[in-house]
Amino acid sequence: MLRPTRLAVDIGGTFTDLVLSLPDRTLSKKLLTTHDRPDKAVIEGTRAILAEAGISAAQLDLVIHGTTLATNALIERKGARTALLTTKGFRDSLEMAYEHRFEQYDLYMERPAPLVSRDLRLEVAERMAADGSVLLPLDEAGLQPVIDTLRAEKIEALAISFLHSYIAPAHEERARAILAAALPDLAIAMSHEVCREIREYERTSTTVANAYVLPLMSKYLEDMRAGLADLGATCPLLLMMSSGGICTIETARRFPVRLVESGPAGGVILARRVASRGGYDRALSFDMGGTTAKITLIDDYTPQQSRHFEVARAYRFAKGSGIPVRIPVIDMVEIGAGGGSIARVDSLRRIVVGPDSAGSEPGPACYGRGGENATVTDADVALGRIDPIGFAGGSIILDPAKATAAIGKSIDLGLNEQEAARGISEIVDETMASAARVHAVENGKDTSGRTLIAFGGAAPLHAARLAAKLGISRIVIPPDAGVGSAHGFLDAPIAYEVVRTLLVRLTDLEKTPIDAIFADMRTEAEAVVRLGAPTGELLETRTAYMRYRGQGHEIAVPFPTGKSDPATLRAAFDSAYAALFGRVIPRLEIEAVTWTLALSLPIPRPEASIRPPDAGPAEPTGERILVEAATGERVAAKVYTRASLPPGATLSGPAAIVEEGTTTIVPTGLTARVGADREIILEGNAP
Amino acid sequence: MTRRNISEIELQIMWNRLLSVVEEQAQTLVRTAFSTSAREAGDISAGVFDLQGRMLAQAVTGTPGHINTMANSVGHFLEVFPVVQMKEGDIYVTNDPWKGTGHLYDLVVVTPAFMDGRIVALFACTSHLVDMGGIGQTPEGRQIWHEGLFIPLMRLARAGEMNEDLLNIMRANVREPVQVIGDVYALIACNDIGARRLLAMMREFALSDLDHLGGEIIDRSRRAMTEAIQKLPKGSWTSEMRVDGYEAPIDIVGRVTIGEDTIYVDFTGTSGMSSYAINCPICYTEAYTSFGVNCVVAPHVPNNAGSLAAVKVTAPPGTVLSAEYPAAVYARSTMGHLLPDVVYGCLDQAIPGRVPAEGTSNLWSLKLIAGHGLTGIGGKSGMPFMTMSFHSGGAGARPNQDGLSATPFPSGVRNVPVEATEAITPLVVWRKELRPDSGGAGRQRGGLGQIMEVGSREDAAFGLFASFERVKFPARGRHGGGPGATGSVRLASGKELGSKGLQVVPAGERIVVSMPGGGGMGPPEERDPAAIARDIRLSYISQDEAEKAYGVLATRAAE
Repeated sequence: MLRPTRLAVDIGGTFTDLVLSLPDRTLSKKLLTTHDRPDKAVIEGTRAILAEAGISAAQLDLVIHGTTLATNALIERKGARTALLTTKGFRDSLEMAYEHRFEQYDLYMERPAPLVSRDLRLEVAERMAADGSVLLPLDEAGLQPVIDTLRAEKIEALAISFLHSYIAPAHEERARAILAAALPDLAIAMSHEVCREIREYERTSTTVANAYVLPLMSKYLEDMRAGLADLGATCPLLLMMSSGGICTIETARRFPVRLVESGPAGGVILARRVASRGGYDRALSFDMGGTTAKITLIDDYTPQQSRHFEVARAYRFAKGSGIPVRIPVIDMVEIGAGGGSIARVDSLRRIVVGPDSAGSEPGPACYGRGGENATVTDADVALGRIDPIGFAGGSIILDPAKATAAIGKSIDLGLNEQEAARGISEIVDETMASAARVHAVENGKDTSGRTLIAFGGAAPLHAARLAAKLGISRIVIPPDAGVGSAHGFLDAPIAYEVVRTLLVRLTDLEKTPIDAIFADMRTEAEAVVRLGAPTGELLETRTAYMRYRGQGHEIAVPFPTGKSDPATLRAAFDSAYAALFGRVIPRLEIEAVTWTLALSLPIPRPEASIRPPDAGPAEPTGERILVEAATGERVAAKVYTRASLPPGATLSGPAAIVEEGTTTIVPTGLTARVGADREIILEGNAP
Repeated sequence: MTRRNISEIELQIMWNRLLSVVEEQAQTLVRTAFSTSAREAGDISAGVFDLQGRMLAQAVTGTPGHINTMANSVGHFLEVFPVVQMKEGDIYVTNDPWKGTGHLYDLVVVTPAFMDGRIVALFACTSHLVDMGGIGQTPEGRQIWHEGLFIPLMRLARAGEMNEDLLNIMRANVREPVQVIGDVYALIACNDIGARRLLAMMREFALSDLDHLGGEIIDRSRRAMTEAIQKLPKGSWTSEMRVDGYEAPIDIVGRVTIGEDTIYVDFTGTSGMSSYAINCPICYTEAYTSFGVNCVVAPHVPNNAGSLAAVKVTAPPGTVLSAEYPAAVYARSTMGHLLPDVVYGCLDQAIPGRVPAEGTSNLWSLKLIAGHGLTGIGGKSGMPFMTMSFHSGGAGARPNQDGLSATPFPSGVRNVPVEATEAITPLVVWRKELRPDSGGAGRQRGGLGQIMEVGSREDAAFGLFASFERVKFPARGRHGGGPGATGSVRLASGKELGSKGLQVVPAGERIVVSMPGGGGMGPPEERDPAAIARDIRLSYISQDEAEKAYGVLATRAAE
């Protein structure tokens, strides 16, 4: 069979990226995002890329789309006019959140305001118990004043979140039926459908976020579909989710909260492809752009997954300062460290970098647009890593004098400017390395000995030094890394994950209907997956979230389908616990809290690439002075043009490999070669 | 001897790395701990020390109660177990309230770290355990012996061999032996992770000891504190606060003196010890006092021997803030959490416009129980349980912001979900909502308290171990701001219950806990009418109460 013709579209904050995969070649395109009508740039770009390929829209077999639109609506608070209906006595759960100050020493901290203000948080008498029995029936007459308020306040979207609905959804269902009959145009999200999991604040928060973006996303996705149809496309439109899977437009319209962070997820899928092609079974995905860096562990070609994510962290990326959503996500640590991150000296005369960023306006000092703060990009210019002429394909001419002046002013530690610049670079690399290390420890893993897969505009400049700090001696930089996320979309499988809470001790497991629950979950997941994949075998993964009785945090324990007996689960828990914490605790009772079932088309594992024959040393196109990050020495580095390096070409550091979007720095001691997919592979250890 | 000269940049990187090491150490502990206070409230601590016992770095964890306490405890260990006698595989332990972190429930574990056979550093950590025997988690103990097993400074392991005798004694004296021993192993693992990371760092930077690095960290931190203190006006300021106490009201009298490079806080004049367990050993008084000072003076300077030396805290022995052996101290946080409010009463005179009004400060955690002898006899006491969830009243208004509602300060705990509590007990929480009209009036309003109403699904009584403050004496406002509402504990049928010690809720009854509000800041007449209108619209305040507190402004806001 011919490889299908597929189009991937990623709408980011600044750029809209398109990648067109044709049977014989791949084209890509970058446009500025059209914020008022995001589908405009998509349609425009699609028309252009199809013309370039010389095909019609009707020849497309599939369009895969990822967007930050839902995320942006949450960050900018531009969602629907939303209300919340809760069990009587619990409307303030959303506002009280964790009853926590996430910043210990800040007397002036504020928690983010809830998405729904108190006057629009409505209540009705009803109550389920933790075992699913009814303590208080639903007061149906009590819904009339709710209807009146929703109408009077012109509410567009409603979240319903009742206590214990994860085990007993009947009251949520009944309330929805009554409200939908009275208000047919109201978008309604029920907590047991959006997030069927114990812990009322997080379930409510997730449901409210879903309701909040639902009308907007629904309309947008409809516009997208119509726009593509107008171009003549007849193929399905699938959406990228934060889990790294894709879903149909119907699913996306019901659960748009699952689309947050889908762009970065695409980047990780690309890294997974690179890992598979290269046979790197232990990898670390490293995506560094203008404002943040994102790091993900990839073991056995599978990115680390999680069910906890925070959108719109408002306070220096601090945990707890955002809106918690419990959805399946690729587990990423996000650090406020990018090219635009601002460097300064704190009261202890320590260099601190980020998380505040100079953005693109005014941008780093070297842009010459009035930025006065020293940034990571300024340090990279001062250290000779970025050619002032060739930056961003020559669209901005950088001013090294402005970079050094800003560094001298911001870092007044009595160091020379070069050493100050190296300090900025070292601190930002150290910050990222620390975050990666702590993240690995939290997951019972280690960073050393992995392969670092680096993409995004700033990553190739910092990858080699970051790798050294993490005990990593191989770095891979895929080609066309600037549109990495969109490339990743093409590899994402149709997938869906469902969750149920059923608190059960292992000793009582045989008395519970766990197999029936999984059968029910399978039905729910299959209904969604079959929308996009009508035929074919499906891959099922079951995970129990388990803990010792008495603990408050669960760990993810994957276990084989059809084997939910206590002995199997105990063995699976023991090995997962030991992997995380290095030991098990004998004689303690074990319990499972939450269960998930993930269903997907088998994930295509690209075949391993074959190492191209040695093409001999590459030809440099020039030379420049580079400051080594590790030692501060000035060395004469050869400069190469990436586009002219054939597969099999080799070179040794110190060197700089230049391409339109970025530059790969090869320090002394490392060698670089170009692989079969034109990826750059750095190996060796800096002295 | 340290190798070649360390460059400025390397030094900064290593300092960052050391902070990351203790962060990893602490994370390991939070994620493996059993007790609610450790895992939900981060009531743990982890740090690295040099061979003189000087703390070089400490993780920022949920509660400030371990800030100076753990730092000083390593010194106590070194007096009994000198560094030269320490062997690889040795581990040391104590829960001495006066040499550890203030009560028997906190176990402090110290582990020496060796590199190539030479001792290079000490790691210490502490965690609030599930149980330590004795009377349990109530403030009703009257002497330290009531409060559980006392473990003097001793070895937990000798050259890699665990002290099984000690573990057996612990197992025999606590209510949840498997979990308690599980926590002991979590503490050991936490120090091991720290040591492993430290050695990796020392190898990477070819360090053979921490002398130079440690010296620089301490000097620079001390200098940063000095610079911060030099910006403050010099002088002495006094403030006092009357609080409920246990058997009688307690006056806390504080005097803050800002010197050239040191801030002194002295609590002379404070009431004497209580007969009950709300007494603070001085180490705990130091912890919350210096935390309060640091939040205002130097919030970004990390805790270490250098920065901690800049704040000196004293209280006359025999006062409730410097309790002497054998006083009961289990509920030391009842007084300890109130200390920043007194410090701010002083600092508000020195540097007005920087500190908040008084808040609830004391935690209103619900420790709910049922069991033989406590809530009934034998089977009539219902299904036995003990559950603890952290909850908070309102915090004080800030100079330019309203106080945070239902948010702890100075403690850094977080709550436990209602659904999680109900899943493991017969309890039903019938409401948990903000308490209107409880925030003190002012230009900036105090944070709102909350109301929780709890019953049981069983036809049996249950009990509450209470240790609540601000029931008789409210959190006061500053600069003309009004007081927050006082708290109360009562049955839904109306009867008032006590706010300290075991309170029994009879079968079929519900308990209603109304948590206090924070004090206001500035005269109510200066409040922005738009803010009053918003508060009325969101029912943070009733129309009636608004008119009482803000008079004509509220009427105008309504229009």
